[in-house]
Amino acid sequence: MDWMTLSPEEWTTVQLSLRVAIVATLLSLPFGIGIAMALARGRFWGQSLLNGLVLMPLILPPVVTGYILLILFGRRGPVGALLADHFGIVFSFRWTGAALACGVMGFPLMVRAIRLSIEAVDTRLEEAAGTLGANRVWVFMTVTLPQIVPGVLAGMILCFAKAMGEFGATITFVSNIPGETQTLPSAIYTFMQVPGGDVGAFRLTLISISIAMLALLGSELMSRYANRRLDIE
Amino acid sequence: MTLAVDIGHRLGTFLLDVQFKTASGLVALFGRSGSGKTSIINIIAGLVRPERGRVTIDGTVLVDTEGGLFVPRHRRRVGYVFQEGRLFPHLTVRQNLLYGRWFAPQTKRGDDLDRVVNLLGIAGLLDRRPGRLSGGEKQRVAVGRALLADPRVLLMDEPLASLDETRKAEILPYIERLRDQSKIPIIYVSHSIAEVARLATTVVLLSEGKVAAVGPTSEIMQRLDLFPLTNRVEAGAVIEATVERHDETFGLTELASRAGRWKLHRLDAPVGARLRLRVRARDVMLAKSAPADLSALNVLPGIVADIGPHDGPIVEIRLDCSGEALIARLTRYSVERLGLVSGTPVFALVKSVALDRRSLSGPLQATADLATDASEG
Repeated sequence: MDWMTLSPEEWTTVQLSLRVAIVATLLSLPFGIGIAMALARGRFWGQSLLNGLVLMPLILPPVVTGYILLILFGRRGPVGALLADHFGIVFSFRWTGAALACGVMGFPLMVRAIRLSIEAVDTRLEEAAGTLGANRVWVFMTVTLPQIVPGVLAGMILCFAKAMGEFGATITFVSNIPGETQTLPSAIYTFMQVPGGDVGAFRLTLISISIAMLALLGSELMSRYANRRLDIE
Repeated sequence: MTLAVDIGHRLGTFLLDVQFKTASGLVALFGRSGSGKTSIINIIAGLVRPERGRVTIDGTVLVDTEGGLFVPRHRRRVGYVFQEGRLFPHLTVRQNLLYGRWFAPQTKRGDDLDRVVNLLGIAGLLDRRPGRLSGGEKQRVAVGRALLADPRVLLMDEPLASLDETRKAEILPYIERLRDQSKIPIIYVSHSIAEVARLATTVVLLSEGKVAAVGPTSEIMQRLDLFPLTNRVEAGAVIEATVERHDETFGLTELASRAGRWKLHRLDAPVGARLRLRVRARDVMLAKSAPADLSALNVLPGIVADIGPHDGPIVEIRLDCSGEALIARLTRYSVERLGLVSGTPVFALVKSVALDRRSLSGPLQATADLATDASEG
């Protein structure tokens, strides 16, 4: 069973991938809910533009998205320089950059799932909460949010899965540095480039599959629990 | 409490143009479907912004389009009981009930959960979720939820419309108790003349977006000119009566009213209890001389006070029975055959069995219903 044992480098890759995907998902979440809410409920100028912008990474070649990120968030890029100078946040060739790339690529999937669930919310319940004295923020927190939990969970899982598998944008933006930006897909790709690397590639592939499977099972369980709590009338 | 409403609002081709003022008690907004009843309370609650007008409660302005004032719904403190309940499915009954309390003024947060729970008979439901409740239970919880938000006025939009007769009978006593025991005025939207006759202190009769009449319930119910707007088939007079005595041998109860004495099936109410009796016009027969050998037990003398429009085969007649109004619904043929004109002395005949449980209401009827409700639950 020797071939099953992960080398320390491979273990680092797995941990890094998980960290990148979890950070990407959690940091996208507030923005995802906010933008989904704006797209589902808002009526403002530029709504279609915002919608297009959010969906863009889904349609663009990932390499193009990675390149745009490099231009914007690189050390000398307008946003990257600003963040580095004022907040000390650096993206280029760091795992944070990988998280950013994965977050951007997963974002459209997350927004879409949450938006659909917001559109399915019974607004009459929100009206009722309003007449009981809840202002808009409270209505959202106590009535809307509990109703969209299944959609939010689905969006998070999609975003996480996308982040675990992201390759093109990540490698373009932050390269393929072992221990810093080498996530599972990059590592598998690297293994395939060297002679005798297929055993390592196979091991990492198995791990990818297991993580994806666990994530799906977890989301299934959670949304079942949420649905039972909602107890749709 | 005075609620003053003066609004104009256009909904598609429908024009709502309504002015009325009400004092305390239960005010029924009564009219056919599409007469604009729900739009009015949606405007009072702040769910709809009127194109023109002003709504005030006790001088506090809720909307004033001229002054550019619109108080958002969450600051109006109006309790709204929706037709479909609209309970929060993800919260328990207790959490639903206490929802509005988080937002009520601090000083007003009395410990009245118990009082409201007892008033509505929902103590056994507190830990359940709304999805598991019956229609009648849901509506009672919805009423409790609105009450516990400490409202200045309670708005009820056909709260019984989605329920069957049994469930309606289950909730009506609670609404009566609410009307009699709490000081909160109630605006009650309904198209059911039976509900209005039973519950309302004041009636605002609406027709095609306009106010057709405003007045005390018995007064509106006896106006023949309004019959086409109410529900002609179910229409009738509303009479206040007191329980005089019970006849255990035959299982009858005798009521006294200004119009005379009434005999009906045995009621579960003590002697002296005040009741409201609705006598449907179609259940009243007229005779010109005192009839003998008759099965009908209620024979009340009176004189013809007013005769309704003559244009159809059916004519409504208002009688003056010692100052109490009674309405009879006859064919025009009978009216002419008997030669009935204003001032003719007549006898009104009503079968006792026509006065069923649904024609009666009052605080003590409520206790009787509560007992049966508890044994069912």
